[in-house]
Amino acid sequence: MTTLPQTTERKLGLVIDLDTCVGCQACATSCKEWNTGGYSAPLSDQDPYGADPHGAWLNRIHAYEVDDGQQGRTVHFPRSCLHCETPACVTVCPTGASYKRAEDGIVLVNPDTCIGCKLCSWACPYGAREYDYAHGVMKKCTLCVDRIYNEHLAEEDRIPACVRACPTGARHFGDLGDPTSDVSKLVAERGGFDLMPEMNYKPVNKYLPPRPKRNAATSPKKEIAPRTAPADGSVTERLFAWADQMLSR
Amino acid sequence: MTIVRDDKTMHPAYSVIFFTTASGAGYGLLIWMAIAGTLGVVPPHWGIGFAGLGLALALISGGLLSSMGHLGRPERAWRAFSQWRSSWLSREGVLAVATYVPAGLLGISWVFFENLSGIVVVFAAATVILSLSTVWATGMIYASLPPIRSWNQPLTAPVYIGLALASGGVLFHVILAASTGVTWTTAGLAIALVVVAFILKQAWWHTVDNARRDRTVESATGLGRFGKVTMVEAPHSRPNFVMREMGYQVARRHAQKLRQIAIYLTFLVPVVCLLLLPLLSTLVALPVALLGMMSAGTGLVIERWLFFAEADHAVTLFYGADKA
Repeated sequence: MTTLPQTTERKLGLVIDLDTCVGCQACATSCKEWNTGGYSAPLSDQDPYGADPHGAWLNRIHAYEVDDGQQGRTVHFPRSCLHCETPACVTVCPTGASYKRAEDGIVLVNPDTCIGCKLCSWACPYGAREYDYAHGVMKKCTLCVDRIYNEHLAEEDRIPACVRACPTGARHFGDLGDPTSDVSKLVAERGGFDLMPEMNYKPVNKYLPPRPKRNAATSPKKEIAPRTAPADGSVTERLFAWADQMLSR
Repeated sequence: MTIVRDDKTMHPAYSVIFFTTASGAGYGLLIWMAIAGTLGVVPPHWGIGFAGLGLALALISGGLLSSMGHLGRPERAWRAFSQWRSSWLSREGVLAVATYVPAGLLGISWVFFENLSGIVVVFAAATVILSLSTVWATGMIYASLPPIRSWNQPLTAPVYIGLALASGGVLFHVILAASTGVTWTTAGLAIALVVVAFILKQAWWHTVDNARRDRTVESATGLGRFGKVTMVEAPHSRPNFVMREMGYQVARRHAQKLRQIAIYLTFLVPVVCLLLLPLLSTLVALPVALLGMMSAGTGLVIERWLFFAEADHAVTLFYGADKA
């Protein structure tokens, strides 16, 4: 059913820290590796070794230069499905293949009923959905629905593959509908924000802004006292003082 | 000389361009035939019914089949009838199929029994209502997409209705020119509808051109508060699906000229042809009516190409588009 649930019991989603992301692409490759064998299988590639390689990936990492002055910095920007509360990608679906789960808010595509009309991809302002040219159906982030509830996996692995792979801890997974959860606290503490709130899709995923830049130009200067060795009047010390004087001429 | 294709827009897929123009004109002609038949503007002769309704249903069916051509899984197309509660695409499918029922009954009565009275009036009325609803649903598919500002406006669906009735009127006069001849009454109404369609499309373009294009890469990424944002590294070396579909590269620098050409071909030439038709003898009228049809058809294809090629999708901002 493409009619959206009024509310969801939980709002599972990601919190992405733009301060610590280093753009290593580990989340993207780990996502591809897991999902090409999981719920979204296959995630096909076209012309992978040729001149025009492309394929279905569920996570894309951009890099932006933000400000070109002294506050200038590079911000790595992972982009994937935000599991919105009111996503038009679901309501425009003519077949019911796209749906939002009432229990945890995850937005999924049923690969057995999708007709590949691609209208959902037009309806997403975030470019989260990618069509699989070989499979003929739409693919998207599943929030690793086949990991997070998977009791065959060790408990520490029951999180999305991208979160598990991130070497800098820039990706966090949890229930954003619960104000006492770690992710909700993190969002409150760091001023997490929605992407394109004016679209009114109410994204569940949040982005944490980069922290204020620290460098020579922006940090307050500290006076550093010159290092002075205590004078002890020894022969070596007088010898070095003489050498210093001679060489300074 | 190479053409620099550096504008990132919605992919103008030929199957969708053909579908929307052909089925729009087909539903327009169906409406004209149903009303003209029941009001006695044309006689209930089987030949007129066969030519008019046959052409209309051929255009509609050809268009619908063409639209299935861009599906990844066309064999599952039947599933698209299920989500009419929320999806305009599903509604369009349901309405398009439903239209065949009264249109088919109207056609059978007209062609096999030459009867256009009694219960047939109900078939005709249902044909008109369902045809209008189908074209409205087609327009609403585009109008209900917030990421594409130029489509997401109140005039999109009325423009689709206007163009369907105008192009249907042009087609109807080809049927008249080939049979009973053209009178001022129908030609005048067709001209009025072409003018209405022109005004609607002009107003639509006016809204597009004057829209506040305040979405930028700064607002999309939420990083504008830190300064100017420039993409330094794309996520992939070659275009992915998103860029092939929503950031399709076209050369848009001729858009203004193409708009002028679309206006001449879709509106001006057909109006001149319709003005001439009542004055001409049957022998000359048919080629003039066909000229009007060819002109309107070509103009609509250009208009529909521009509909896509001038549509900026918000996702292109992440890839460095100026604004959307």
